[in-house]
Amino acid sequence: MIPCKPIIGGCKSCVSGRSLLLSCLFSLFAVSVQAELSIQITQGIDNPIPIAVVPFDWEGSGVLSEDIGQIVINDLEQVGEFRTLSRTNMLSMPSEEREVFYRDWRILAQDYLLVGKINRSQGSQLVQVQYELFDINRELKLAGEVLTGSVAQLRDIGHEISNVVFEQVTGVRGAFTSQILYIVSDQLDADTFNFRLEKADYDGARSQTLLETRQPIMSPSWSPDGQDVAYVSFETTLPRIYIQNISTGLRRQITNYPNINSSPVWSPDGSKLAMVLSKDGSPDIYVQDLISNQLMRITDHPAIDTEPSWSADGNSIVFMSDRTGQPQIYQIPIGASSFNVERLTYDCFQCMKAKFLPDGVNLVHVRRETRQNPNYQIAIFNIDTLRVITLTDTSLDESPSVAPNGSMIMYATKFNGRGVLDAVSIDGRVKFRLPSSQGDVREPAWSPFLN
Amino acid sequence: MQRNQFIKVSLLVISLFALAACSSTSETDDSDTGSQASSSGSGSGSSASSSAGSSSGQLTQQEIRAQNALRQTVFYFDFDVAEFKPQDRDTLTFHARDLAANSGKRVRLEGHADERGTREYNLALGERRANGILNYFIVNGASRSQIEVVSYGEERPSQSGSTEQAYSRNRRVEVVAR
Repeated sequence: MIPCKPIIGGCKSCVSGRSLLLSCLFSLFAVSVQAELSIQITQGIDNPIPIAVVPFDWEGSGVLSEDIGQIVINDLEQVGEFRTLSRTNMLSMPSEEREVFYRDWRILAQDYLLVGKINRSQGSQLVQVQYELFDINRELKLAGEVLTGSVAQLRDIGHEISNVVFEQVTGVRGAFTSQILYIVSDQLDADTFNFRLEKADYDGARSQTLLETRQPIMSPSWSPDGQDVAYVSFETTLPRIYIQNISTGLRRQITNYPNINSSPVWSPDGSKLAMVLSKDGSPDIYVQDLISNQLMRITDHPAIDTEPSWSADGNSIVFMSDRTGQPQIYQIPIGASSFNVERLTYDCFQCMKAKFLPDGVNLVHVRRETRQNPNYQIAIFNIDTLRVITLTDTSLDESPSVAPNGSMIMYATKFNGRGVLDAVSIDGRVKFRLPSSQGDVREPAWSPFLN
Repeated sequence: MQRNQFIKVSLLVISLFALAACSSTSETDDSDTGSQASSSGSGSGSSASSSAGSSSGQLTQQEIRAQNALRQTVFYFDFDVAEFKPQDRDTLTFHARDLAANSGKRVRLEGHADERGTREYNLALGERRANGILNYFIVNGASRSQIEVVSYGEERPSQSGSTEQAYSRNRRVEVVAR
């Protein structure tokens, strides 16, 4: 990422003052952002797919604020399935199809090639990004188009190109334009903390503070359309649930029941919010209709019932309960009586914070195997085969959140005594980390598809 | 005099608890700091009882004990346990009687957990701990309307770090005057 000055230089000759100011603001913002979270790949796979991403040719004057080719390279390497060719090893630097010689790339043992170029639109502040993806072995152009946007959208355009490459090569929809929510806590002195609810690109770039208070913020949750976030804020000194519109910042308090109000989770159709209330004595699962405000009680047990998540069809809720003494995972159909609770986990000391993958069979959760083993790890439990796959090997892992394409899980863990966000592929083979420069980072919530 | 006997017996019991806590070496991860807190509490109590000779000073001694007890406002809990420690019972009784005797007083019970386990579960555990003390206060004469309960779960640790020492300081309920 290039700091503010070059972009001003680049813009001077060709853009109006207002746009220049905007670009500069964005750039300042982006620079401060980068200090906060930036990706490190901690574990890759053995046989990644070789792909060459040629630096995109910039046909305008000055220097662009973003290197689109590099954004695509970072995206593809982060998910572990790709290995990109170093620019210094390239035999040629084509920017469009007629400059591509397949032989050059076959010699370098590349399977795929991405080339592109960027133009300033005629008489406009917008830029046009043309890209083309080739299959070297089949000598075939797989994809290509021209994307138009402002300079501030160059990162978005880069991520969109990554989505196309990923889907063309793996057959799975890319999630590079998705975003994350997370909480940052800074301890200011012995008794004072500062809490922030942040939103960022999936890779930690372009973070933006949605809420900042001296009281705890917990449990951020995306609405299914990606427009709103629900969370718990203690700003009144009591835990209460709020919904905030991400683009306008407008917010409203949803609950004001006695005792705990927490764990808001949107139903798949966005019309209801599952939550935890302890107004009737102990924490139980409730569902509030967001249109009628009608409240439905789902569980009724004197033990702790918490951490609700919806099944994909919205007809049942998975939750954690310590009704047998230790936290285990249960499932209950919406509207069923308490007798219809089904226990899903048995073979762990504590199983918590469960969420079904889109397949409806595999359950991502936080797991502590035995009382003697103090480690909390992210695992997947198949409710049909009863097979358990533990994905992480650190000791204080929590808050797993699945990417919208189901390919990766982001979670919170500790590194060097601080809270950080890690991500692991669903098969456990690939890991990357978003380290923070300051504060405890926690409770990642991966967005739905936003495009 | 019977009352005095009761106090002496209960002090003996408390000291025994403290001794037991101090002498046990296994499973100390959970009870170390708790026993420190309680032994300092009962220590001040026993010094009071040893000097409790004259019947004229008896009420004053009782008041001193109450004041000492009210000065302890943080109560620590064992891992995964929601019940307060037996050695804190007398101190909590003083708190409850103080509320019963001063109907204008208001307190807030702030429950906390250590960082192990998930955040939502810890939020619930913090409330369970605070509710244990809430119920004890009510049984001992305090009015429900005098007490507000809030759980912060693991969100406001008293000591940072992922050590047993930090964990034992963070599993707590704080009695905060309002």
